[in-house]
Amino acid sequence: MPRMTMIEAIRDAHVVAMEADPDVIVMGEDVGYFGGVFRCTAGLQKQFGVARCFDTPISELGIVGTGVGMAAYGLKPVIEIQFADYMYPGYDQLVSEAARLRYRSAGEFTCPMVVRMPTGGGIFGAQTHSQSPEALFTHVAGLKTVVPSTPADAKGLLLAAIADPDPVIFLEPKRLYNGPYDGHHDRPSVPWSKHPDGEVEAGHYTIPLGKARIVREGTDATLVTYGTMVHVALAAVEEAGIDVEVIDLRTLLPLDLETITASVCKTGRCVVLHEATLTSGYGAELAALIQQDCFYSLEAPILRVAGWDTPYPHAQEWDYFPGPARVRRALETVMKD
Amino acid sequence: MATRKTAAKSNVSTDELLSYYRDMLLIRRFEEKAGQLYGMGLIGGFCHLYIGQEAVVVGLEAAAEEGDKRITSYRDHGHMLACGMDPNGVMAELTGREGGYSKGKGGSMHMFSKEKHFYGGHGIVGAQVPLGAGLAFADKYKENGRVTFTYFGDGAANQGQVYEAFNMAALWKLPVIFVIENNQYAMGTAQKRSTSTEEIHKRGEPFGIPGELVDGMNVLAVKDAGDKAVAHCREGKGPYILEIKTYRYRGHSMSDPAKYRTREEVQKMREERDPIEQVRGMLLKAEVGEDKLKEIDKEIKEIVNASADFSKESPEPALEELWTDIYADEIPQEVN
Repeated sequence: MPRMTMIEAIRDAHVVAMEADPDVIVMGEDVGYFGGVFRCTAGLQKQFGVARCFDTPISELGIVGTGVGMAAYGLKPVIEIQFADYMYPGYDQLVSEAARLRYRSAGEFTCPMVVRMPTGGGIFGAQTHSQSPEALFTHVAGLKTVVPSTPADAKGLLLAAIADPDPVIFLEPKRLYNGPYDGHHDRPSVPWSKHPDGEVEAGHYTIPLGKARIVREGTDATLVTYGTMVHVALAAVEEAGIDVEVIDLRTLLPLDLETITASVCKTGRCVVLHEATLTSGYGAELAALIQQDCFYSLEAPILRVAGWDTPYPHAQEWDYFPGPARVRRALETVMKD
Repeated sequence: MATRKTAAKSNVSTDELLSYYRDMLLIRRFEEKAGQLYGMGLIGGFCHLYIGQEAVVVGLEAAAEEGDKRITSYRDHGHMLACGMDPNGVMAELTGREGGYSKGKGGSMHMFSKEKHFYGGHGIVGAQVPLGAGLAFADKYKENGRVTFTYFGDGAANQGQVYEAFNMAALWKLPVIFVIENNQYAMGTAQKRSTSTEEIHKRGEPFGIPGELVDGMNVLAVKDAGDKAVAHCREGKGPYILEIKTYRYRGHSMSDPAKYRTREEVQKMREERDPIEQVRGMLLKAEVGEDKLKEIDKEIKEIVNASADFSKESPEPALEELWTDIYADEIPQEVN
């Protein structure tokens, strides 16, 4: 099976979708001629023409708004917002229009649109190029939110997102574009070409939205996470020497609660991990749901490990980033009780 | 870039005049009835009446062809009636009933019809403008020769996303007509207190979008301007701006204290410029008898009364509807 980076896998998903359906179009800042700031759309304009892959002005509100109009009339826009942090100017269109079109028209009109955005830190992007705003999307009824953690998942999930009849937010952990990242910033990173999860099937396949993946089976505790943190979690578990079940959510909404609760009811201990800031983060939602469904199986309080409640720092990136040491400490704490 | 005023042509048939009269009167009477139902507590929340602005949508609908699209703001009842949507469905949406266009989920500001190519009332000021550009993009992509009428008000003309849409529409030569319904007041703020320029139609000039000012109290002038704009778009020349100067007689919404303008100003407009009275005068001059007009009045009254009855009789939406139409496949929710 060919090996790809997450960038190549995402690009490949675009190619597959565009070949299969002439209504799929790709737009965003620099996605056409330039091929995308992270190269996820490289060559698409050349292959499919300027009518199907084109550059937009730097107008996020306008980009999302025109996308909603296109989607309402049968196109399938796949939009790239250059950084998730740039979504804020376009947020009104996502919330008030994209997410609500189906409900407000009682199903008469829909918005089958994908908005892709690189998310998260780890590249010294500081506060405006490193944020993880997923909770802003999961809080909005009408949106679906996806965060892949491997090239193979990125391709299959993106193809499922493009086929989905509703608007999907597709958050691409930019720290994972070129290789898995275990949070040890002082060690050389492994490229996807040397990692088994870099294997990506050719052609069309989908990974259903709303289905989590048990990345590592274990009996002592459950670690629930997604995106970049999946790889940090795996590293932390190995270092802690505890038999932890690691769950990669893949899709935050719809959420595969069944897989999570089955695991936590089995292990009785749980740590929730994400890179986004702690307060009102998605981890709070997870903790609430898990305690509700697993209350009588829990041996210890659920702990959250997350980014600090600060702007994403530049120089102190690794102090902010919830790396393996913090995850390990949390695992050790839940094991004590 | 050319900006000019359009004067009405005189070669209009009696049948056309009768149809404009009928369509404008339907909107007027419908809105009066909506106002009554609101007063009786049957319509809750927001309700923005179109009374006084009828010539704008009726004139532009006369310039549209089957398949052309329209999208507008929250003052949307007139647009829906003018494009042929069922008054029963509109009124029942106002009263929040199952028989409403959005099954009571949308309310006054949020209704849609695929059949009539009506892409909604939208409650966020200006938010529908990029959507209109996107619809036009889809038309151009599909090479179907259709145009999109994208309506917004003088207040929305100060929203940044309008200019993002102008730029994209001009850049991609989209077949979209930006219709600025300038009723001169953004809620309670007169245009001169909120808007740096008097001539909003000239705001397309830097983008290369031609624009013109139109007398929105005169349905024939609106129709002529609409014809020109539509032709421009269908020829592939890109977007066009029509600033249609109009006037709303009623408040911004039902809770408007109306302290920002004088009663005399409104009265003067009603007496001297009323769009329906203007056409009525033309019809009488064309020797259409009072009887014929009375017959139309009666017919309209019946339609409007029937819509009011329907909107009261249609059941309230079932509780289960609270959780539907959120996603294609409903996500299970914990209900307790």
